[in-house]
Amino acid sequence: MGSSAEFFQHLMNGLTLGGIYALIALGYTMVYGILKFINFAHGDILMVGSYIGLFIFDAIRGQSLGPWTIIAFFIAMLGGMIFSAGLGMAIERIAYKPLRKATRLAPLLSAIGVSFILSNMAAWMWGTKSRKLEYPFDNSPLYIGEVSITPHQILILIVVIVMMISLKLFVDRSRIGKAMRATSLDQDTAKLMGIKADRIIAITFAIGSALAATAGFLIALEIKVYPSMGTMTGLKAFVAAVVGGIGNISGAMVGGILLGLLETFGVALLGIPYGLRDTIAFVALIIILLVKPEGLLGKVEKEKV
Amino acid sequence: MILLETTKLTRAYGGVIAVSQVDFQVREGLITGLIGPNGAGKTTLFNNMTGLDTPTSGKVHFNGTDITRHHAHTICRMGIARTFQNIRLFKELSVLENVMVGLHFTTGKSPTKGRVAAVVRSYLKAKQEYDLMHEQAMRWLEFFKLDGFADELAKNLPYGHQRELEIARALATEPKILFLDEPAAGMNPLETDSLMKTIRRIRDLGITVVLIEHDMKLVMNICDTITVLNYGQNIAQGTPAEIRHNPKVIEAYLGKEEA
Repeated sequence: MGSSAEFFQHLMNGLTLGGIYALIALGYTMVYGILKFINFAHGDILMVGSYIGLFIFDAIRGQSLGPWTIIAFFIAMLGGMIFSAGLGMAIERIAYKPLRKATRLAPLLSAIGVSFILSNMAAWMWGTKSRKLEYPFDNSPLYIGEVSITPHQILILIVVIVMMISLKLFVDRSRIGKAMRATSLDQDTAKLMGIKADRIIAITFAIGSALAATAGFLIALEIKVYPSMGTMTGLKAFVAAVVGGIGNISGAMVGGILLGLLETFGVALLGIPYGLRDTIAFVALIIILLVKPEGLLGKVEKEKV
Repeated sequence: MILLETTKLTRAYGGVIAVSQVDFQVREGLITGLIGPNGAGKTTLFNNMTGLDTPTSGKVHFNGTDITRHHAHTICRMGIARTFQNIRLFKELSVLENVMVGLHFTTGKSPTKGRVAAVVRSYLKAKQEYDLMHEQAMRWLEFFKLDGFADELAKNLPYGHQRELEIARALATEPKILFLDEPAAGMNPLETDSLMKTIRRIRDLGITVVLIEHDMKLVMNICDTITVLNYGQNIAQGTPAEIRHNPKVIEAYLGKEEA
């Protein structure tokens, strides 16, 4: 294999991984943008979403492969998204909203608590054995020149791109998106403009959680599903959000993709041992905090007078 | 007709009483001035009438409805809008978008309820809603001759225009009553003159205006009635001429003459 083909191969792998990180990072960054709070249960919402998607898919896909399989795949994904959206809103309502006026540490601790509750519940209900989405489609790689790309990767890339574009359009162009941006800039003033800030916050949690469920379902396709899958994935996506500039939607996309590429190229080209792959994200975090603490696309926040 | 009224409104922060037993009335169609030395409780009174703060005791009635403990967004939707002493625009949004945020709920009226429905609807009708909001927002910008700045970020506007934009944004919520907190602060005499004209034009739209202001020329010129607060208490109210000659007011501003 030629070196340029090898390069593109890793690029594709990095982009798919990075796209998944980006989807998750969006949830962290959107919630942070509005509430200045890190939802540490986000990774576990992802885990629940992927289980639900997996169950729906197993229930409806039937035995034989066919066009129905791909429709069932998307129905299952949508099911996981809706369930996670509801779960995210419920968690916000029960565990975070009552603490909004408390110290900033309180909702953070509450989030860590929710995270443990979700992963323990999942282990208790569904067992700790990891599951995988049964390969529904032929996953033998396609070759473009010397670069191989699997149908799964294509599927992941398409889903990620569609999600990102819709989110960006929604936030930039729709009425509710505008209200979200206004609420994140100044909640009190937004309320005085007749915006129901509480509802906007709930919608933000719903959207973030749905994106996480999508990412989880894609992980189920490529890797596997287990009760503690949200912990490391969530942490890395959080790092991606910080690297991109937390609170900034484009930043989360850039940060996620960058992190995916770093991990792939770090192992493949820089010769970082595979066992140290998970440390790449955190080294990147430390570097960015030292060099550009506000993140790549973040703005330095001035203290309000 | 009295449009808005506070009865024995008191707001205490711990032991400090910012506003004490204030009865304050706003009559429909008039420009009402609220004046008083620094720290007299004017902004606190504003905050308590617009839902940003909740009174310790006392009541606020708007159009006959008790709104004392209503949420800020509910009060806005009933028809009360305001601006701030220190301009609070959405600095990172464009001039046009700032006004569009003010249009948020007037555009969003629909029988469909619920969060999911709202998101889906917003998605499906995004283009239509956006065009409608765009058109209405441009009309408000034209009212203030700000239409040339529509796509600028709000933070890049000159100071005087930022004040006007904040008023435009408040007006976009279609208020019955508009509260202006020191609208002339930091303005030069020329800008203040233009502001006076603007406030009269707003009144001519049928909107009741209440303003806090330190610029006495402006207050005496455009207000139909003035209320004076001092140490959190309502010490006088009347026409500009009455207020100018009220001994209590003179004392509040200049201090008591030493015997």
